[in-house]
Amino acid sequence: MLNLTNCISLSFLLFLVGVLGIFLNKKNILLMLMSLEIIFLSISFNWIFSSIYLDDISGQIFALLVLTVAAAESSIGLAILVIYYRIRTTITVELMNLTKG
Amino acid sequence: MYLLTVALPLLGSLSSGLLGRLLGQKGTNFVSCFCMGICFICCGFSFYEIGFLGSLCSLNGATWINSGQYKVFWGFLFDSLTTTMLVIVTFISSLVHVYSIKYMENDPHSPRFMSYLGIFTFFMIFLVSADNIIQMFVGWEGVGLASYLLINFWYTRLPANQSAIKALIVNRVGDFGLLISALLVFYMFQSVDYSTIFSIVPLLTKKTFVFFSYQLNSLNLIGIFLCIGAFGKSAQLGLHSWLPDAMEGPTPVSALIHAATMVTAGVFLIIRFSPLIEYTPIVLFTLVIVGSLTAFFAATAGAFQSDIKKIIAYSTCSQLGYMIFVCGISHYQASIFHLANHAFFKALLFLSAGSVIHALNDEQDIRKMGALRYFMPLTYSLTIIGSLALVGFPFLTGFYSKDFILELLQISHYTNLNKTYGLFAYWLGVTSVFFTAFYSFRLIYMTFLNSTNLSRVYFNKIHDSCFLMLSPLIFLAIGSIFIGFLSKDLFIGLGTDFWKSSIFSLPKELTFFEAELIPLQKKWLPFLITLLGFFTAASLNSYSNNFHQLFSKLIFFVHPLLFSLNKKWYFDNVYNQVFVVPLLQFGYRSSFQNLDKGFIELLGPYGLPRIVRTSSKNWSLLQTGQITHYLFFILLGLLVSFFTYNFNTSLLIFYDNYLLVLNFLYLGIFYPNKNF
Repeated sequence: MLNLTNCISLSFLLFLVGVLGIFLNKKNILLMLMSLEIIFLSISFNWIFSSIYLDDISGQIFALLVLTVAAAESSIGLAILVIYYRIRTTITVELMNLTKG
Repeated sequence: MYLLTVALPLLGSLSSGLLGRLLGQKGTNFVSCFCMGICFICCGFSFYEIGFLGSLCSLNGATWINSGQYKVFWGFLFDSLTTTMLVIVTFISSLVHVYSIKYMENDPHSPRFMSYLGIFTFFMIFLVSADNIIQMFVGWEGVGLASYLLINFWYTRLPANQSAIKALIVNRVGDFGLLISALLVFYMFQSVDYSTIFSIVPLLTKKTFVFFSYQLNSLNLIGIFLCIGAFGKSAQLGLHSWLPDAMEGPTPVSALIHAATMVTAGVFLIIRFSPLIEYTPIVLFTLVIVGSLTAFFAATAGAFQSDIKKIIAYSTCSQLGYMIFVCGISHYQASIFHLANHAFFKALLFLSAGSVIHALNDEQDIRKMGALRYFMPLTYSLTIIGSLALVGFPFLTGFYSKDFILELLQISHYTNLNKTYGLFAYWLGVTSVFFTAFYSFRLIYMTFLNSTNLSRVYFNKIHDSCFLMLSPLIFLAIGSIFIGFLSKDLFIGLGTDFWKSSIFSLPKELTFFEAELIPLQKKWLPFLITLLGFFTAASLNSYSNNFHQLFSKLIFFVHPLLFSLNKKWYFDNVYNQVFVVPLLQFGYRSSFQNLDKGFIELLGPYGLPRIVRTSSKNWSLLQTGQITHYLFFILLGLLVSFFTYNFNTSLLIFYDNYLLVLNFLYLGIFYPNKNF
């Protein structure tokens, strides 16, 4: 079950789901942050699998670091989101278009 | 003394031009006339030394241009041809100087006028005395410039401006031909000195000049371009249109420039280059045809002009045609002889006309004159002398040269040269003789003999001119009577050695002796035709004062013919419609509007920034502010870099900088942009 193909496919699929979740979502920025978490998850999974597969501890260390970074990132992102919501009273992505070229 | 002849007119001109305010009118008059007088005396001495004593004088001056093979020196060559021209030019010029003292008396700018006259004479002397073609070109352009200044002397008048510009530009067409021939001469002969060129001409008769893979005979080419130069300056058919318009200048100017000196420069050029032109039958043929057509055209066009100066101007044009076509049958001596004689009686005619115009308060229309013989008997008799000399009345000056030219033309079909075009020129020349007599006597009748058409205001004030104006006329009249007889044996006498090496004719072309032996009836013919012209003019004028109306009533188709003659055969109209207006329109529409401000602007200074501006605007429109769009670009960029770095390197072409630039431009040009 936990062979090379399955694991890489799984992490890649998770990554793809995350990317598409960000990309195809036009309404809700909360979903975007969640998709971002999925991307981090897939990357962490990939780190851990590689570390086991290559029998090297540094992958797991990186996974832990990524976990920390993801936690920090999501907390800061949510903070920004809250501030944004307080000002604009909406979190719709479509309406975040004040910086046109 | 020889250099003095060149320097003195310049001195007089500069002193009256630069110091005019200091010297005042009388001072400049005195200085310039004095300089010209001394100059004339010097020329007389040089004529004596070189013409009679046969001591050719060549002066070599400083280096002008020294560049490899191309060496030009300031040098002066005084031979028989030059001194003959010098005597004519300085004599006419000094008389014109004296004449314009009174004629321009009331003009506020008379110092300037004197200065221009002097600079003109200087350039003319420079032209005839040069010893290489480049230096001659300086004089050639100089007389063109001086003629511009003189025709435009009354610069506040619009017609004066227009005709001065016309004179300069039409002359410049010819000057271009002369310039090309000078370049060709240097290319072929590796020298621009007359002495070098003329001594090696016979060796180069077979030499060809390759132009766009066409083999052209070099001498023919040089000769044709020389002809174009001469035609421009001497107002031959095609480039003649400036001469009648140049009558806008003051009358002494017309006498000096357009009778005696400037227009003779073209004939002088042909005669000077006789050693070269002798070897080019095509050029000789061209000279005959164009010259005879000019003589005929100008004589007919002059016959029905109503401006007294334009009649004389056309007469000049016609006589120049005689000089040119007699060059074409290789009798350069007869040409320069006619040139010399013509200078005297044409200056006389112009100055007499000036006297009439001056007396009539600047009235130039002969239809508004008449009966002046009672008031200006001296001017009347002087005009009679000039006109009789012009029409070739026996034993006056014109007879010796003009009839001799016509006799020479009859020879050409006796010889074994097969030059039948001489006869063509002969018949056109004889027809011109008729018209010459006709318009000369028409002018005399309408000005002096018919009943008057003057208004009474002017009629009461008519007077003969003062002594200072008439004395040059008297000198010229004496010249017009005697010069032909006196200098006949010197210039064209049988076996005269006056010209020495300055004029060259091939021995097979010489028909002087045969010309003396043609049947007597043929010699009488031109004179009889002159009489016919005289009687036509006389009977028409005696029958009706207003013979234009008589003509128009007489025969129904004569009137359009007369009208076209009066309009100079519509040459000016045709030129305007065929050359001038299309050229101006080309200059404005094609080259300025479409090219300079159109196509080149679009490709360069205007179009390129526009493309950059629009494309950058279009590119910046890609930043919509939508986060999902940004994400799309991020992913696209990731994918592209991913593919290009991990897969086949041939995919790198998608990442090509040039393609990127092209894409950029494409977006700039074709992207529909409503903001711009």
